[in-house]
Amino acid sequence: MINFEYSQEQKEIREMAMKFAKNEMQPVAAKYDESGEFPTEIMKKAWELGLINTCIPTEYGGTGFTTVDSVIISECLSYGCMGMNTGFMANDLALLPIVIGGSDEQKKKFLTPFTEEFKIASFCLTEPGNGSDAGGIKTTIKDGGDHYVVNGQKMWITNAGFADLFVLYGTSDPELRHKGISCIVIDPKSEGIELGAPEKKMGHKCSDTRAVTFNNVKVPKENMLGNPGDGWKIAMKTLDHSRPLVASSAVGGAQCALDHTIEYAKERKQFNIPISGHQAVQFMVANMAMKTEAARLLVTKAAWLLDQGQSNTQMASYAKAFAADSCMEICTDAVQVFGGYGYSKEYPVEKLMRDAKLIQIYEGTSQIQRLVIAKEIFTRS
Amino acid sequence: MAKVAVFTETQGDNVKSVTLEILGKLAGQEIDVISIGDVSDSGLAELAKYGAGNVHVIKGDGLDQYSPEGYGNALKEFIGNGGYDYVFAGATSLGKDLVPRLSAMFGAGMASEVTNFTMDGGTFAGTRPLFAGKCLAKVEVTGPKPHFVTVRPNALGLPESPTAGAGTKNDVSASAGEIRAAIKEIIKGASEKLDLTEANIIVSGGRAMKNAENFKILDEMADVIGATVGASRAAVDSGFAPHAMQVGQTGKTVAPSLYIACGISGAIQHLAGMRTSKVIVAINTDPDAPIFTKADYGIVGDLFQIVPIMTEEFKKMLG
Amino acid sequence: MNIFVCVKQVPDTETKVTPNGDGSYIETSSIKWIMNPYDEFAVEQALLHKAANAGSTVTVVRVGGTKDTEALRTALAMGADEAILVESADNLDSYMTAKAIKGAIEKSGKTPDLILTGKQAIDDDCLQVPQILAQMMELPSVSVVVGFEGDGNNLTLKREVEGGALEVYTTSGPVVVACNKGLNTPRYASLPGIMKAKKKPLTTHSLADVGVSDDDQRIKYSNFQLPPEKPAGKKFDATDEGNQASVVAEVVGLLRTEAKVI
Repeated sequence: MINFEYSQEQKEIREMAMKFAKNEMQPVAAKYDESGEFPTEIMKKAWELGLINTCIPTEYGGTGFTTVDSVIISECLSYGCMGMNTGFMANDLALLPIVIGGSDEQKKKFLTPFTEEFKIASFCLTEPGNGSDAGGIKTTIKDGGDHYVVNGQKMWITNAGFADLFVLYGTSDPELRHKGISCIVIDPKSEGIELGAPEKKMGHKCSDTRAVTFNNVKVPKENMLGNPGDGWKIAMKTLDHSRPLVASSAVGGAQCALDHTIEYAKERKQFNIPISGHQAVQFMVANMAMKTEAARLLVTKAAWLLDQGQSNTQMASYAKAFAADSCMEICTDAVQVFGGYGYSKEYPVEKLMRDAKLIQIYEGTSQIQRLVIAKEIFTRS
Repeated sequence: MAKVAVFTETQGDNVKSVTLEILGKLAGQEIDVISIGDVSDSGLAELAKYGAGNVHVIKGDGLDQYSPEGYGNALKEFIGNGGYDYVFAGATSLGKDLVPRLSAMFGAGMASEVTNFTMDGGTFAGTRPLFAGKCLAKVEVTGPKPHFVTVRPNALGLPESPTAGAGTKNDVSASAGEIRAAIKEIIKGASEKLDLTEANIIVSGGRAMKNAENFKILDEMADVIGATVGASRAAVDSGFAPHAMQVGQTGKTVAPSLYIACGISGAIQHLAGMRTSKVIVAINTDPDAPIFTKADYGIVGDLFQIVPIMTEEFKKMLG
Repeated sequence: MNIFVCVKQVPDTETKVTPNGDGSYIETSSIKWIMNPYDEFAVEQALLHKAANAGSTVTVVRVGGTKDTEALRTALAMGADEAILVESADNLDSYMTAKAIKGAIEKSGKTPDLILTGKQAIDDDCLQVPQILAQMMELPSVSVVVGFEGDGNNLTLKREVEGGALEVYTTSGPVVVACNKGLNTPRYASLPGIMKAKKKPLTTHSLADVGVSDDDQRIKYSNFQLPPEKPAGKKFDATDEGNQASVVAEVVGLLRTEAKVI
């Protein structure tokens, strides 16, 4: 039996997260976009209210949210600011491998502190030479006797400059490709770690994004999640949760663009009537609204399947590709409806358009998502 | 005809205007006015002019200062002995606090903040706004008498030719009884201006102000009507006012009861910040300025001439 | 200390309000219900006072319908300890509401040390319940409170009055306090708070249980309608020095008599 109704708790969760987004994030989003300053205070406030690290299970001090709960929250925080939410989500992207592949002691050691104190995490997968081809990463994790030694360079690492924890994917031998990949937890204060300067980006400007170099970094053996070679499996399972999460941020961004557009179209007059009366605008807004809702439904179903213990890889890719592509289109159309004013920094939509672009790229490009979908279809049929 | 008591407050030598508005509307009923504390001779004359039959002046221990318990206890006794059908008061700070308690002392109903009413056949029926004014409804009171009503100031207006009453003064003693929450001191309203986002009245200047000095004429008007001064983006960009005063898309969003826009064209960015103002007055030399499409009252003219004249008119009106 | 907070559920401020078919009330089918905004200040003050007075409990009381329960759940999620609901129609008058609250508080078995309410409900804007409740319970009351200091029952309360002045009241026993905006900054319900709220005790009574009957009705509303349309803007020509004074005088007069903003 299908039920499209949120539970009472989910409605309250959504209400509260949206209130936070509108009162705490939206009013200052432009300011942080302009200065590029890391929104520590806002992230801390969000943490205090339980809005961050939603993947941590109750056994380790978490609130015990379902995947559906977590995508509701993420959509709302993204409505507040897509850039700030990238930083918030990065915590979950780093902690999920521990939730999925860590032992009980590792979960207590690494997850619980995040529920007791405000902490920031980064997950390190992408490299300067390997993005979509994640299976070909070159950062090595070699056995050094009583510890592991990590060497390599990671790129586009969110929160790197502020992280209390790194969760890194590396390989015992690049020739082995995905079979050689392992996942390991690294203390950012370890000797041999070099942080690059913050990257100057088109959007998500307040998100701290850097290159991180690992020079013979020694890591305790007990920090490896699972066994050497388990990394790829952990990564794939992580994506089943993180792709819907990131997709929901595209839904939030799209909804924000849509809401601004509707307000403006009611106010702005041309040819003697509000532009909401012109069909060209009506058709654009109708498409924007339709796609936002469709994206939301795909995201919710992908999250729901995971909560049911069912395979959701295909649905997660539908959600990520569709939501991200729709968000880009919707934010671009928002600028179009605003016309000249949309192009000006005085109005909020140009930032949304700049922010939307990244969601089509990270967490699996829209092109990779289509490869995943096709693979799922053709290997099954 | 109904027997009605109207509770009045005084302000110096004058009786509060809302009392006179209520008296005017009650013409034809048997009207007594009740005051706690003295009423001046000129106040008595005004009450008589608008229809007060008797004016009962209540004095006693514990009544020199307002307290809901004290005033309530004193009035309860007096009203209880008076056989009134209705007790009216203005919906002032004091009225809104006192009358509910007083009505509960009689186990009786109270209609709050009516903006109009009739007394057909001596029976009250009122009109009042609900949902922050988004709708109006008819209100009637049922249950034991007297029935209590508070009336919003300035809603009824004063009648052109009021029916006079005898205005006979009658001194009454009463006691405040036990007061468990008493006023220890009163802190006078500071003349600090409210923040733009909280202000009830805003006077804003645009590019036509020409320089920062000229904002003085807006400050003068603001002082008279208790307003906060704002500015358009054009004025701020030209250095006539600081960014903190900016109203608009990249400035503050305001929602005053009254917004007076001086020399502001009304570009969409400015409108975004003030379009939910209840009443908009615009002063601009350009009759085609977009602001006039939003203004309730538009004055086509030079703000440097109009603003000082308007300040004088406000001074005359507010005394 | 036994702290009680009274909350009301009202239509969201952004909701479009239209009279229903027969004008007996407003159309409620597509309304989004929220906790009355002024009540948030009351809940926050209750929680602050609880934190400052060890061993206190905060009980939140609501009189209204059961279709949606936002107000009570929000208060519990913010940190109130338990809730009491008196089931009734959503638009009960102030007298019946106050009497129901009194009955509910008495039935709780806890003698109130402090009762907090919002200064007004934004649906009927009556501003009566705090004072009626206080009188019925034979307690003092202070309304429009923007300052609240003190320990236990010894309180100093600042009441905002016309002209921006503040009346400073002192009390030394149980009191009803009606809170205004600016008294404090209401906390967000935390997400863990929202999850914990459903486990907190919620007691439900009927109006009869708390001693309220139809005989207690005191106010009757009818003929709900939209306010008259705002008249089209008036434009005056004051370019000629000769008529500037009269134009301004006319506009200022209209601001008083017609617009009623001065």
